[in-house]
Amino acid sequence: MSHEAVLHGDAHGHDDHGHHEHHDTFLTKYVFSQDHKMIAKQFLITGMVWAVLGGLMSVLFRLQLGYPDSTFPFLEDLLGKWAKGGRITPEAYYALVTTHGTVLVFFVLTAGLSGTFANFLIPLQVGARDMASPFMNMLSYWFFFAASIVMLSSMFVETGPFSGGWTAYPPLSALGDASPGSKTGMDLWIVSMALFVVSSLLGGLNYIATILNMRTKGMSMTRLPLTIWALFFTAVLGVLSFPVLFSGFILLIFDRNFGTSFYLSDIFVNGVGALPNEGGSAILYQHLFWFLGHPEVYIILLPAMGMVSEILSINSRKPIFGYMAMIGSLFAIAILAFLVWAHHMFVTGLNPFLGSVFVLLTLLIAVPSAIKVFNWLTTLWRGNIRFTPAMLFAIGFVSLFISGGLTGIWLGNSALDIHLHDTYFVIAHFHIVMGVASMFGMFAGIYHWFPKMYGKQLNNTLGYIHFWVTIAGAYLIFWPMHYEGLAGMPRRYYDFSIWESFKQFGELNKFISLVSMIVFMVQLLFLFNFFYSIFKGRKLTNQNPWDATTLEWTAPINPGHGNWVGEIPEVHRWPYDYGKDGVDFIAQTTPVGADESQH
Amino acid sequence: MTMFLTIAVVVLIFVVIFQIAKASEYVSVLKGEEVSRKQNNKINGLLMVVFLVLGLVGVWYCNELLYDKTLLVQDAASVEGARVDSMLWVTLAVTGIVFIATQVILFVFAYKYQEDTNRKVVFFAHSTKLELIWTVIPAIALTVLVVIGLRNWFLFTGEPPKNAMVVEVTGKQFGWIYRYPGKDGSFGKKYYKNIDNASNSLGLIWDDELAQDDIVMEQTVYLIKGKPVKLVLGSRDVIHDVGLSHFRLKMDAVPGIPTTMWFTPKYTTKEMKELTGNPNFVYEISCDQMCGNGHYSMKGVIEVVDQEEFDAIMAKQKPYYYTAFPEKDPSAAPADTTVVAAVVKK
Repeated sequence: MSHEAVLHGDAHGHDDHGHHEHHDTFLTKYVFSQDHKMIAKQFLITGMVWAVLGGLMSVLFRLQLGYPDSTFPFLEDLLGKWAKGGRITPEAYYALVTTHGTVLVFFVLTAGLSGTFANFLIPLQVGARDMASPFMNMLSYWFFFAASIVMLSSMFVETGPFSGGWTAYPPLSALGDASPGSKTGMDLWIVSMALFVVSSLLGGLNYIATILNMRTKGMSMTRLPLTIWALFFTAVLGVLSFPVLFSGFILLIFDRNFGTSFYLSDIFVNGVGALPNEGGSAILYQHLFWFLGHPEVYIILLPAMGMVSEILSINSRKPIFGYMAMIGSLFAIAILAFLVWAHHMFVTGLNPFLGSVFVLLTLLIAVPSAIKVFNWLTTLWRGNIRFTPAMLFAIGFVSLFISGGLTGIWLGNSALDIHLHDTYFVIAHFHIVMGVASMFGMFAGIYHWFPKMYGKQLNNTLGYIHFWVTIAGAYLIFWPMHYEGLAGMPRRYYDFSIWESFKQFGELNKFISLVSMIVFMVQLLFLFNFFYSIFKGRKLTNQNPWDATTLEWTAPINPGHGNWVGEIPEVHRWPYDYGKDGVDFIAQTTPVGADESQH
Repeated sequence: MTMFLTIAVVVLIFVVIFQIAKASEYVSVLKGEEVSRKQNNKINGLLMVVFLVLGLVGVWYCNELLYDKTLLVQDAASVEGARVDSMLWVTLAVTGIVFIATQVILFVFAYKYQEDTNRKVVFFAHSTKLELIWTVIPAIALTVLVVIGLRNWFLFTGEPPKNAMVVEVTGKQFGWIYRYPGKDGSFGKKYYKNIDNASNSLGLIWDDELAQDDIVMEQTVYLIKGKPVKLVLGSRDVIHDVGLSHFRLKMDAVPGIPTTMWFTPKYTTKEMKELTGNPNFVYEISCDQMCGNGHYSMKGVIEVVDQEEFDAIMAKQKPYYYTAFPEKDPSAAPADTTVVAAVVKK
């Protein structure tokens, strides 16, 4: 229990406040910080940088999709040979699509979301001075940072960044001769992803250890806020599935560089000739990839679900409905997440019986998902709702989760998936349910915990504008894509003009591109609000601005390293005593009164 | 210049929005935070129903605009595809009802239960009965969908009827190669190391007699109306995917691992031109699996014809063997008939 000793020492240091501050240099406070709150901010801001880059990429390739016949001279200034004559080349288009996917899935919605909120909230909400291993936590960020640098550098190599889609299926990703993006760009992509896996393992182990071992006195597992439960299951999913992805990448490295044939067999590449590799299976990679890839969807979604549960309850001034059912459904989703990966592979020629098992298990996920939705709706019922920007985004999350979740029932049913697989229907489905919904969860979290992070307030009006434009825009962009999918329009097409079957959507694509640009602009408005408010925002005067019950709001405004001055508070009740016995809220630290009713 | 103007306008809009937002903050301080918070709450509550109504109208309007551009307006072009369509409608009905119900509840609750100083919230944290209801009902609905889905799935992935014709489809960057078994009804063996773009695009083993009458085509593949067809799919390089949206089917083409799919074309290409009212209609094969920079242009064409037309087309085709060995073609080099006869006999 050496950790505890160290942390106690830290705590005493804090009682003697002024003395402690002297030891912080700029480097240890802002750069190589071991304070979970600073690490959370580092994850958040790095994630934001990636979100802007990833979003910008989508605007660029939407420009090609919306205006395939136009030229934009400024693109050539910006991208050089990748946009010769002002039109993005197919190479550049595929590189943009691939990097957009990789970056948004892993760097923004995994590192940016989990990394930020697991780091920030776990110690504050379970009542700990810091993570189980602050040093490992710091390493987790710096591995992510290194991954970011490598990924960024891949965009500047001569043959271009990797361009075979974020899933990186071999043989395409294994053969530099089949696609220029699979040359040096792919090497850097794998290295970056490997560093990323290390980062997320270091983080995940830390989160699990902290939640299990470092809860304050009285904080039993059934008194944890749902955010913590969600982050716990997220970390477990990550720790169990990322190593499998890693192994898949190692085999890929061997195939690429050392002449093995794990994924390669019977290949003749134009201009090169027949390759010596025989006996490998290209499908094997897909199993390894999706064994992470599907849990990854929940790694992205669960933290958002947890935060949304919390925010809905707080701003409805009502307890979350069905706390145990919420934990149970998180658990069910976490288990099922490992048993459905092959639903991404219904058309690879997999054994039909195996496929049928995956259909059953996939549609089973709809049950815990339905429970969650109905519980959220019941939480709103007869509440007293305060529409903070965080609450708006939480409501938006529920709406998007319903819309995108229901189309999952279409795609999870293999016979229907045969028709819709790899069309725009899939794009609409996963962007709504995983992309935009989780982004909404993340926004909700940022708006809600910003005062705790920076001791300042965000501008509410900008928050409202941000929300309404974004949710309207998200639906305007992705809803019509279902129809493109119902016409069989395939994903990852640079240009549809030669296709008799798909060219009827030219006007629609233009419209979607236009909306996506507006939505992107509004995100910049949010970023402006965020950074402006850090420096010039109104100072927080109330330690508990949302009248919430959980522990983080008992810590002082701008808490130092160690979080609480003096003793860590003791917990006496669950976190959802809102409106109990006519009292607006009762903090977790308040002892249970003798005349209090039981629930 | 336009670029500069656009940026200037955007920045200007940003500044205006920001000033308004900043001003509203000052106003709220002057009016009292509580008062302005409640005002904002009312506005956002109202926006919730506005959004719901506009959203539902938007869903309807979007359907009006785009429905005709999808495949929903046409019959599936294969017998099996009709089952996909009926399954699609059942799924749409189930999920559509849930979609409208839950979205309405969500936004109406948000509007109706917006903050009101007179309301006492109900401390309602748990109800086993309710939770059981919304566990069991979705479970039942999903079971129905799974049963329908799996019946179709086993049909689609099962054995094709005995009378099915067989065609091999091979993907390459970026096009399709088709092979018919020829008169003997069997495909000859092939080995990828024999591939030679000029004369042996599939790597057929010429020593195998079964290969000598195989017919190889590119661009267009001919199928027969009403006759089940089994496609044997493969790839020469990376993974491709044979996407047949009009037949409602698709399957990956994987190097080294043959896959199959089968279906029964229902309408000839000519009939589809009339049915869709589009004189340019063709059955297109779209590559639906990312396969490289030319992915978007990897197009094949299926021409569905009736039996007589098909026989006429096939009668005109020469075995691929003669492309590799033109000197052995009896029609091109009549002097060499003896050699050809010898080869054929062997």
